Amino acid sequence: MNRRLAAKRDRLIERARIVQSIRAFFISRGYLEVDTPQRLPVNAPELHIDAVASGDWDLQTSPELAMKRLLAAGYEKIFQLSHCWRDLERGRRHLPEFTMLEWYRSGCDYRQTMVECELLLRHLVPSGSLCYRNRTVDLQAPFERLSVSAAFRRYCSCEAAAALAEDRFDELMAVVIEPLLGRETPTILYDYPAELAALARRKPEQPELAERFELYIAGLEIANAFSELTDPVEQRRRFEADEAARRQRHKRPRPLPEPFLGAMEDLPPAAGIALGIDRLIMLLTDAEAIDDVVSFTPEEL
Amino acid sequence: MYSCSDLKKGLKILIDGEPHVIAQFDFTKPGKGQALYRCKLRNMVTGALFDRTYRSGESFAPASLEERDMQYLYQDESGYVFMDTQTYEQISLSEATLADDKYFLVDNMEVKILVFNDMGIGITLPNFVNLRVTKSDPWVKGDTAAGNSKPATVETGYTLQVPPFVEEGTLIQIDTRTGDYVTRVKA
Repeated sequence: MNRRLAAKRDRLIERARIVQSIRAFFISRGYLEVDTPQRLPVNAPELHIDAVASGDWDLQTSPELAMKRLLAAGYEKIFQLSHCWRDLERGRRHLPEFTMLEWYRSGCDYRQTMVECELLLRHLVPSGSLCYRNRTVDLQAPFERLSVSAAFRRYCSCEAAAALAEDRFDELMAVVIEPLLGRETPTILYDYPAELAALARRKPEQPELAERFELYIAGLEIANAFSELTDPVEQRRRFEADEAARRQRHKRPRPLPEPFLGAMEDLPPAAGIALGIDRLIMLLTDAEAIDDVVSFTPEEL
Repeated sequence: MYSCSDLKKGLKILIDGEPHVIAQFDFTKPGKGQALYRCKLRNMVTGALFDRTYRSGESFAPASLEERDMQYLYQDESGYVFMDTQTYEQISLSEATLADDKYFLVDNMEVKILVFNDMGIGITLPNFVNLRVTKSDPWVKGDTAAGNSKPATVETGYTLQVPPFVEEGTLIQIDTRTGDYVTRVKA
């Protein structure tokens, strides 16, 4: 008898219930569930995300490009639950194969997506509060909204732009800021430096910032969202810059996702979000490690 | 050389010329950011623990530690003295390095000593050792309040819990990895 696996039963049952409840939430709000291919000729070029190769193609790192092609073809409210693969990502909160929830909506921006995050969490946790690792987080109150620049000033006594220029942004974020986020209520950390949002729209009144936010609960990063960039010329320029930076670091050269760039001509104003299902289940079942909420880790296969 | 993706708990690397073992390890990656490899490192010579975060692209020299078959000889003012069974070279380990393992050493015991720059910095004992009980109070029949074990002290001064039937003078087997009683040994 595989005792480790048998011991996961309660969490796996709860996981199934939560996933069903997520589906019910989006269907009741008029979203269409979609199922796009998981094996792709190419993903969006991102400097810090590496795809897992599958023959000459790659497994998806996110269903983002395919879902935005659906938006461009007039599908206005869509959601998808799918597996994603990111090479070499393995830790207490990372699996190289994980489950992602993404949803996209035309005619809105990241502020509406923030509200949808609040509604989704309250739908999933009817009691209105959750307890993760002995910390109680209130979901009924409005989620804390904290800008990235305010977070750096509050927790690191420095400017986000300066941290970025000194190449300390990621380390300060991961080591100092993240563990302090989402402790009383969930935290919506918003307005990232534009350099850190390859597919997000710039803030019209502050073009050095991008309309991107991350949702944190009890120190766990749960979701990443933005107002979608809809300008194909700007998108091509960013992709070319990212691909050049990838090649400079001797990463596997990849072509640009041309069908996506072509479809961007028709992309309406929209917002989208990617939410890590495994981390959400960790949070809702008070699991210490991501290993506890999946049937098998890669090491067990 | 190791790269960041080789880092894991238990890996031994060289930092500033000294061997360190990764005591705790976590991979982390802030949203869309670069991969960070957070390590709690233990200096294998001094025992000092500290945190350090590495990024992809960094590389590490393996700490070239040698594990030698040695025999325990005796204890003197320099510490616990062992002899290499191949070269007859002697090395002594401090009481601090041995910690609780000192209770499980018996004369002529074959052990493995971790050596760095001719310095003994760690020991691996045989999994089991037989030691004689030198002190243990007799079991009072019907004394259920005391549970089903009682304390006993063995010849090296180590104290552990044993079943009620173990008496003074009994030779018992102890698991050196956990320090727990295993069984009685028939002489």
